[in-house]
Amino acid sequence: MSLLTIEGVWKHYHHHSVLRGIDLEVAPHEVVCLIGASGSGKSTLLRCVNLLETIDDGAIYLDGAEITDVRADADQVRGRIGMVFQSYNLFPHMTVLDNITLAPRKVQKVSRVQAEKQAGELLARFGLSDKARAYPDRLSGGQQQRVAIIRALATQPRLLLLDEVTSALDPTLVTEVLGVIRELKDSGMTMILATHEMSFARDIADTVCFLEGGVLLEHGPPEQIFTAPEHPRTREFLQRVLDAGRL
Amino acid sequence: MEEPAGPAWVKSDRQLRREAELRGRARRSISIATASTVLVAVLLVILVTSSPGWPRVRETFFDFGQLAESFPDVLRGFLLNVKIFVIAEPIILVLGLVVALVRGLRSPVFFPLRALAVFYTDVFRGIPTILLIYLVGFGIPALQLQGAPNDPVTLGIIALVLSYGAYVAEVFRSGIESVHPSQRSAARSLALSHGQTMRYVVVPQAVRRVVPPLLNDFASLQKDSALVALLGPLEALRQSSIHAASSFNYTPYLCAAALFIALTVPMARFTDHLAARAARRQMGAGHV
Ligand SMILES: Nc1ncnc2c1ncn2[C@@H]1O[C@H](COP(=O)(O)OP(=O)(O)OP(=O)(O)O)[C@@H](O)[C@H]1O
Ligand SMILES: [Mg+2]
Repeated sequence: MSLLTIEGVWKHYHHHSVLRGIDLEVAPHEVVCLIGASGSGKSTLLRCVNLLETIDDGAIYLDGAEITDVRADADQVRGRIGMVFQSYNLFPHMTVLDNITLAPRKVQKVSRVQAEKQAGELLARFGLSDKARAYPDRLSGGQQQRVAIIRALATQPRLLLLDEVTSALDPTLVTEVLGVIRELKDSGMTMILATHEMSFARDIADTVCFLEGGVLLEHGPPEQIFTAPEHPRTREFLQRVLDAGRL
Repeated sequence: MEEPAGPAWVKSDRQLRREAELRGRARRSISIATASTVLVAVLLVILVTSSPGWPRVRETFFDFGQLAESFPDVLRGFLLNVKIFVIAEPIILVLGLVVALVRGLRSPVFFPLRALAVFYTDVFRGIPTILLIYLVGFGIPALQLQGAPNDPVTLGIIALVLSYGAYVAEVFRSGIESVHPSQRSAARSLALSHGQTMRYVVVPQAVRRVVPPLLNDFASLQKDSALVALLGPLEALRQSSIHAASSFNYTPYLCAAALFIALTVPMARFTDHLAARAARRQMGAGHV
């Protein structure tokens, strides 16, 4: 059974349709990459899955239960989904450790000792143990983004959403963040990534989805999408990416 | 952090000359600043003391006999001013924060509360404080409600709280709105509820940002505590007017003014210090 099912999802902003009937299935342990031009609706789709936006039609199911049901508890749903943002969005007034333990302590009611122990393990796993007591503004962009990923993992989500997590980073810092994502894939994490890093998408994705103008035009394994795309619009997009030297 | 291997740093002659030049410049600027300040002060004193009315002003405003006589009473009165704003300030902070938070509630269930909060800030920011002191000070006792306070100090504090609570609520609200929406998104994505998001993420950041404007409002509250004199309690302004009236000498007013300044100046410097620190921290944290 699929972990996440997106069924005919529509989203409008002021009479402008940003998502136009999106259908997508994500199996457990699957890594899905969303690609497409700027403004094609990748971020919006991720925000809808995390219920940060209310959809205007369709339905989204997580583990078989509809999360877009108006009676569903949105906070309870978000507790099972982690999200990482392009601009990290760490809480600047808290140390790295407090950023990570906030949700476990306040939402999941884990004791501080227990939460800090788990946070310590995650920090060690991703090579950030010495930064636990630092404030976010003392960290490099790559370190901040790795902390943001750890923060999202600390609640042990079923599904991780990553929205262009490397596009605010200096190229030399991109690798360290991509390394973390690769490790998460190896540990079996189910993930949906919106990304402009085509070579990374080709490398890590089980399924690549091409969005254009709010429509999921084509999806399939990376070999197929990147080498033999069926849709002419996909070919055009990939050609543009190729011309820009990003593939 | 370990020092990377490499040559040890010894200041070069070029750097030493550069630093000597900078020190010389700093000394010159300080001398110029001191000289110009002294010059301006001397000119001001000459201007004031050579004015035709000066002898008379000196007599009525700078009478040391009067100062010595009125000082104990004015100081005692001033302590009542201090008491008034020390009691009023925390209540104002709580009221302002609560009103600001209520205005941020989105659910339709809270519509009446939200409307009340909007009504409160609109009305009480609009009424001049002095008018509010009269309205509360004479209006509430006139109602003859069971248990309503009729002590002028309490009534004065209530009026100041109502007036300043509305200002402070707006300060808090602008602080809350200045926290970038992405911080809320991040908190909500971690499954924090609206209340938890406000409590742990938004309000702590907002409060840090509004400390300087809040201190500014409090400096103004300290001055306005003198308005309570209108209701009769023997605070600094009233004590000085009693002395001034009996001696036809205004030195007690100057004495009261000096006491107020003695309190606001340190607070102003403290505000500057906090604002400078906030600016430094903001520069460190350039991201949203
Ligand atoms: N809050 C909003 N209000 C109005 N329009 C919005 C809002 N958020 C997004 N949009 C619009 O929705 C469309 C899709 O935006 P979205 O951010 O999902 O694109 P994207 O594929 O993530 O683009 P990018 O690659 O630049 O991040 C855009 O046209 C954008 O202008
Ligand atoms: Mg986006």
